[in-house]
Amino acid sequence: MKIKELFFMLLGGAFFGFGLAYSGMIIPEVVLRFLNFKDFGLMLVMGGAVLVTTLFYQLLPRLIAKPLLGGKFDKRSAIFDRKLVIGAAIFGIGWGLCGVCPGPAIAALGVGNFKMLWVLAGIFLGAYIQGRQTIRS
Amino acid sequence: MLDSLFPTGWSSFLIGGLMIGVGVGLMFLMFGRVVGLSTFFTSSWSWLSKKPYFHQSTFIDSRSWRLWCAVGLVCGAFIWKVLFGAEFNADTSVSPILLVIGGMLVGYGSRLSNGCTSGHGICGLSSLSIPSLGAVAIFMAMAIGTAHLVTYFLGS
Repeated sequence: MKIKELFFMLLGGAFFGFGLAYSGMIIPEVVLRFLNFKDFGLMLVMGGAVLVTTLFYQLLPRLIAKPLLGGKFDKRSAIFDRKLVIGAAIFGIGWGLCGVCPGPAIAALGVGNFKMLWVLAGIFLGAYIQGRQTIRS
Repeated sequence: MLDSLFPTGWSSFLIGGLMIGVGVGLMFLMFGRVVGLSTFFTSSWSWLSKKPYFHQSTFIDSRSWRLWCAVGLVCGAFIWKVLFGAEFNADTSVSPILLVIGGMLVGYGSRLSNGCTSGHGICGLSSLSIPSLGAVAIFMAMAIGTAHLVTYFLGS
């Protein structure tokens, strides 16, 4: 792996993790207050992130031919099928139970919340079960 | 009105969200990568498990940079703590049982639907993907319903 690739993936992740911490999303109680309609601040986190990312995703491919370090601009493709519906529903139940989704589970280690290791263990286990039961496509 | 919707203020939420967008946008600018975070939890299994599912090229080819992105997440949160989080109490009142069970459902569900809050939420919505919008609507509705049930039965 090239040093530039390592550096910019670290940097991109660092902005992401900093934003998760700054917004309070790494605190499960903040997420659960939102899900209980007691504080709608998380809408602004999602709104702000989507606003900036939309500018990048929609404008960059029109402005430059390819990414600065080569390759091509990926396009996210999702299909609305049974797996998406059931998976999203199960994910939502889990998120509502613990108030932690994958990004904050990782980032919270950086502020020393080691109780998040419980969530991380759970996510890794859940991902393993999902992988095991899926036939290679 | 603003006070009742945002009793703890609104600026830190918005600024944090914008920073998240800068991080996701940067990875697109440099590599063209549309990076959701849940895939990390599948691609990393390719280091430990021999199961063919984890050895598809989509996981093998991305597992290193997904790991570095995850390390970056930890570093970014650490930098926040150093700069602003001197008084921050890194603990949670959510019980370990709920953390583990919730985590398992989060891991299983996000991988089954191929996206989480960042994959379907940030990346999917920013890609103007209708299926991702559907996924967001479903997981938000389920999370809100579940959180209300937990509060009702266990208290807040």
